[in-house]
Amino acid sequence: MKKTITMNLNGDLRSVEVEPGDILLDVLRTRLGIKSPKIGCEKGDCGACTILLNGKVVRSCLILAIEVDGQEVTTVEGIGRNGATRLQKAFVEQNSFQCGFCAPGVVLAATALLDKNPKPSESEVKEALAGNLCRCTGYGPIIDAVMSVAKEN
Amino acid sequence: MANYKYVGKDAVRIDGMDKVSGAAVYVDDMDFGPNLLHAEIVESPHAHALIKKVDISEAMKVPGVVKVVTGEDYPFTFGLYMQDRFIFARDRVRFVGEQVAAVIARDSKTAKRAAKLVRVDYEELPDVLDLEGALKKDSVLLHPDLDKYSRCPWFFPRKGTNIAHWRKTRKGDIEEGFAEADEILEDTYTVPRYAHCAIEPHVIVGLYDMAGRLTLWSSSQSPFTQRHVFAEALAPLGLTHKDIRVITPYVGGGFGGKAGVSMEIIGCALAMAVRGQPVKVRLTRAQEFYNTYQRQGVIAKIRLGCKKDGTITALEHTLHWDAGAYVEYGANVVNAVGLSATGPYRVPHVKIDSICTYTNLPPGGPYRGFGYSEFHFGLESHMTRMAKKLGMDPVAFRKKNAIAEGDTNGYGSKMNPGDIQKAIDEVAKAVEWGKKEESADPDKKIGKGLALFWKAPAMPPNASSAAFLKFNEDGSINIAVSGMEIGQGYLTVMAQVAAEVLAVPPERIRVETPDTDRNAYEWQTVGSHVTWSCGNAVRKAAEDAKQKIFDTIHRGCGLPVDSLYLEDEHVKSRADASFAMPFKNFVINGIMTQDGTWRGGPIVGSGMFMPEFTSATGDPETSQGGHPCVHYTVGAAAVKLEIDQRTGKMRVLKTALAVDAGQAINPSLVRGQLTGGLLQGLATVLYEDMRYSRKGKLLNPNFTDYKIPTAEDVPDEIIPIIIETPQPDGPFGARGVGEHTMIPAAPMVADAVEDALGLRIKTMPLTAEKVALAARGIDFGSLKTDSIGFCFMGSDPADYDFKSRDSAATE
Repeated sequence: MKKTITMNLNGDLRSVEVEPGDILLDVLRTRLGIKSPKIGCEKGDCGACTILLNGKVVRSCLILAIEVDGQEVTTVEGIGRNGATRLQKAFVEQNSFQCGFCAPGVVLAATALLDKNPKPSESEVKEALAGNLCRCTGYGPIIDAVMSVAKEN
Repeated sequence: MANYKYVGKDAVRIDGMDKVSGAAVYVDDMDFGPNLLHAEIVESPHAHALIKKVDISEAMKVPGVVKVVTGEDYPFTFGLYMQDRFIFARDRVRFVGEQVAAVIARDSKTAKRAAKLVRVDYEELPDVLDLEGALKKDSVLLHPDLDKYSRCPWFFPRKGTNIAHWRKTRKGDIEEGFAEADEILEDTYTVPRYAHCAIEPHVIVGLYDMAGRLTLWSSSQSPFTQRHVFAEALAPLGLTHKDIRVITPYVGGGFGGKAGVSMEIIGCALAMAVRGQPVKVRLTRAQEFYNTYQRQGVIAKIRLGCKKDGTITALEHTLHWDAGAYVEYGANVVNAVGLSATGPYRVPHVKIDSICTYTNLPPGGPYRGFGYSEFHFGLESHMTRMAKKLGMDPVAFRKKNAIAEGDTNGYGSKMNPGDIQKAIDEVAKAVEWGKKEESADPDKKIGKGLALFWKAPAMPPNASSAAFLKFNEDGSINIAVSGMEIGQGYLTVMAQVAAEVLAVPPERIRVETPDTDRNAYEWQTVGSHVTWSCGNAVRKAAEDAKQKIFDTIHRGCGLPVDSLYLEDEHVKSRADASFAMPFKNFVINGIMTQDGTWRGGPIVGSGMFMPEFTSATGDPETSQGGHPCVHYTVGAAAVKLEIDQRTGKMRVLKTALAVDAGQAINPSLVRGQLTGGLLQGLATVLYEDMRYSRKGKLLNPNFTDYKIPTAEDVPDEIIPIIIETPQPDGPFGARGVGEHTMIPAAPMVADAVEDALGLRIKTMPLTAEKVALAARGIDFGSLKTDSIGFCFMGSDPADYDFKSRDSAATE
């Protein structure tokens, strides 16, 4: 039993036909061509598939596509549409990422934090990023970049 | 210190914006169209069994299934250093999760469903899950044909045993060394298995097209080595190197796990089975844990002799490795340690035995540190204990015995430059070594620890790198090399090397990810060697281009070559101060002379590098006589640790790591390796704990139960220290640092625990649970549980009677 859903994806209305059991992450990647949410564990542990659903940080591997009918979905592709954000620039300038596989998820988690709390403490930054595993960086350069943006806010 | 314009500067990563914008493409992000097929692997449920029959008939009936392949379809062995594996298990399976067959279907759901219908009849064999069992005289043999396997010349398997390789290093007279000693300390340390946990799972897409071309898009650290292993394994099908192309876009973390060939051989074989259609194999997170490579476990017995004044006289280091079901790569980890297990010390009398043993657990293999993290845990713990036994400060003891340039190492080579003394001083100062500190909380204790490290790249003696470099019309540059950007910043560093030679800023240089058809050769991106090795190749390619630029200017403008130099993307001349020719004016289209004809052409450069002083010809009984390692990178690290005695929970208040990078091409990226590597090392000692069932099944192949650190688990303060004693044959003096940063983490934590609580824990990991139990006088290893940490079966590992087993094996 297929159903056509429509979502606001990065500012565009996108419709797609899905089965009730289809996972949002798979639909984004294979049906809608949005590749920044990555497949890391498929069970909500690693955060590589992070997206913003109505501005909130969620794991797209734990959400059925059918649930986002009529909702607003944001990925990194939608974050920098008008040029890189201050946060993205800070990440680049401070060499925050290494392999980069976790980066789209971290960018979204940190963006959502700063939207809600423009001047977070370091422990609030750590808490906000604790759902996004990174094996390369030791997190320090990521946390520092978020804090540098927070300081300017 | 030389005055460089681009080398030694904190350049921004040239792949930075790709990665934060979502533009970076990884293999799984590539589109292959609606014809793409998906594969599901059928796995062994047994640790050791004979395969009696594989029935694929039910699976083939599922609509959407294109093909089911089994071991019968591929009677070919493969392996990097020893061909001890089949592509799919044929006669027997040797670990839980081993590939027995694969289903190829139109979509992954169908493939999964059909894979459950492949029926495999097994006859279970006694399994060998622990080293004690593996080394028994009457032990079941995992590889009865061991001696017949094709292998590299520096491996020495023992026929009729489970010993796949035995590296011996002998220097001086070990008995004399112990006779000279005033104190002798002997003990056993154990290190279990670990998982790499790159966030990107292994993935490969293969297409064997109708013209006979096999293309693989692979998440790999080793595109050229993969092509070579594929070509060797599939030669019976008529494939040659020319027919195989490996393309590797960005890789989402490697840590050694994506070196060599593990699951990629499956993608390669499946592509051959469905000619004309691309097929994808992507591992699940669970498979990522148990069917790629794991870091090997080790039981290390150390006997150390010292004089009263602290001078080391003798070291006997025996390492028994739990290498798993196949050792085609892992045996070389064992080999590397067998050469270097003296650690960074001056030891006159040495006896090292590093023994690679097959077990019915997942294959061991390369992992950041390549065996050095494993042996440093015991060795550095032991050094501290010996110092205390002698009544010496552990730092003073280390400074007295630390290796220096020109000293002779265990196998008889001379030590390269490197300032380990400065590293020790810097990290000791950073944690205020010697100052006893108390926590404000009476339940918490503070301890300090310090450890040294060294590591050499483990490579075949003729491992090499090459580079192509070409100018574009606007004077920008493309470099085509085949080292892999696995996060370390390799692309940026190669750009900085070329930038320095050609006076073009790194941001005007694009460095391509590998494509074996188009990019120059690279052996592998492992061993922390690409900055050094490929950096040399890129430097030579840039010098080659520079000569062509000078030649063009000379012929086009008449200026003498020896007057020319490069500055700010211009050619300038000492003979004519007014001359300044921008690169963009001539690097493609040349220079017009007075008669309207042109000189020059597209400027390209090529470079190659191979160390020409290395050899693997050491005597098998002593390792003397060869020159197996190019150089060692040395350093030290220290930690200030706070421990809650009630819960065992540990908090790193401060940690410092100093490494001699020779010349940091990009200090920001070196600091990145320090921060990241240290946390990965701390994770192995504080959190990660791999558990197997008593039937050899990995019980925690996921991030819920196998804990890697989150952003909330970082040390309160990390002090990265870069020391620069130039490496004479490195590009601008550089040598590698990538793996080294995780090596000292475990022993320094064990030292800090002892300093704080008076407890010496000799088995990794030192989880909060284990420390809390130890504080209550309970030995973690004595707890009888249903799960095991690799080789901790049966009696206490320290009691294993390896000596008699070894001699039994030798007979």
